[in-house]
Amino acid sequence: MDGIHDLGGKRGYGAIDQVTGAPFAQRWEGAVFTMTRTARSCGALQNTDQFRFAVERIDPVAYLTHGYYGRWLGAVESLLVEARVITSEELTARVVAGGGDPSALVAARPDPELGPIAAESAEGARRSPTQPARFQVGQRVRTARHASHGHTRLPAYARDRGGIIRALHDSWVLPDTNAHGEGECPSHLYTVEFTGAELWGNDAEAATSVCLDLFEPYLSALDVEEARDG
Amino acid sequence: MGELSETALRAEALESLLVEKGLLSESEIDQTIEFYNERVGPMNGARMVARAWVDPSFRQRLLADSTAAVAEFEFVGGEVQKLVVVENTDTVHNMVVCTLCSCYPWAVLGLPPKWYKDPAYRSRSVREPRAVLTEFGVELPAGREVRVWDSSAEVRYMVLPQRPAGTEGKSESELAELVSRDSMIGVAVL
Repeated sequence: MDGIHDLGGKRGYGAIDQVTGAPFAQRWEGAVFTMTRTARSCGALQNTDQFRFAVERIDPVAYLTHGYYGRWLGAVESLLVEARVITSEELTARVVAGGGDPSALVAARPDPELGPIAAESAEGARRSPTQPARFQVGQRVRTARHASHGHTRLPAYARDRGGIIRALHDSWVLPDTNAHGEGECPSHLYTVEFTGAELWGNDAEAATSVCLDLFEPYLSALDVEEARDG
Repeated sequence: MGELSETALRAEALESLLVEKGLLSESEIDQTIEFYNERVGPMNGARMVARAWVDPSFRQRLLADSTAAVAEFEFVGGEVQKLVVVENTDTVHNMVVCTLCSCYPWAVLGLPPKWYKDPAYRSRSVREPRAVLTEFGVELPAGREVRVWDSSAEVRYMVLPQRPAGTEGKSESELAELVSRDSMIGVAVL
């Protein structure tokens, strides 16, 4: 999804605030973290890809201003509402009863079309391959140009770019379908290295590269023969 | 701050709603906070780095199959389905980011620092890693390549920093104390 979350290469976010503290700076952050397990145990959340997609579709302004656990709160609330575990109205009523502002920006964006999806076939995301790997280490590949409506793990900055396969990493559930309960579609995963120049053109810093882990359906062969200059 | 406190109020309201419905307990939350604030953290990764520095055969195993090598330690918590440790050398400096969310090797580094999850680090690291390193106070020797690992699937990355000069006489546990979290993300050199 072409959303606010797809931050790689974007300009304008300024200096990095290097202040560091405890993982949970405030209690509510740890509470939200724990609620992701609640969402799992009541069936509102079935897999990590579904959760990541729920984060991606929260309010984009909230994405940038509510902080990391504010994003998670938006995702958990959306999933719990979609699964009919709670209603937005009962939650907002409780916020107001606790002294909250009923007009404050809410991160959650529950989609009435969505609801619980099928459970995972096994724990974790690794699955047995259903087909042999199409690509080999050293091979040149090009990434897809597609802009997915749903969840994907091909960042926008690496679309339609040429790179070299550096490693194979077994076979895993495909996030693009798994997030939506459309099947696990076990897919081979590859580390693909892209030069800074390929990604950013004249804007690239010298002698830099980016390695991404990309699923086989995102890739097509660039050359018939294996590249030797990698 | 207004928005932050409204977010906190909404989180607290959701917590009380879920507790009332019998789906969540206060003690579950307290245990989670205690676990991640106290028991899991970069000390796990630091022990691996120190061992790799003093034990060449472990270093080899760590770089060849990091997931198996981490199992030699009895770390608790935070699943890593596949770990890849990437080694800094005289020719390459590595750094780790997740531009799409905030993937991070919890089992060996704990939960990520706030800046790792903020838009500034996530947006800039892939495009201007050298500028980001400079901002973190890292000065690389001329000609050193910079390789950025954008964690876009379930593989998790950790950097094996170079051993600092003048540490020849130190023990493995003394060395582990020298290894900072940031050096294992790749935004510091030791």
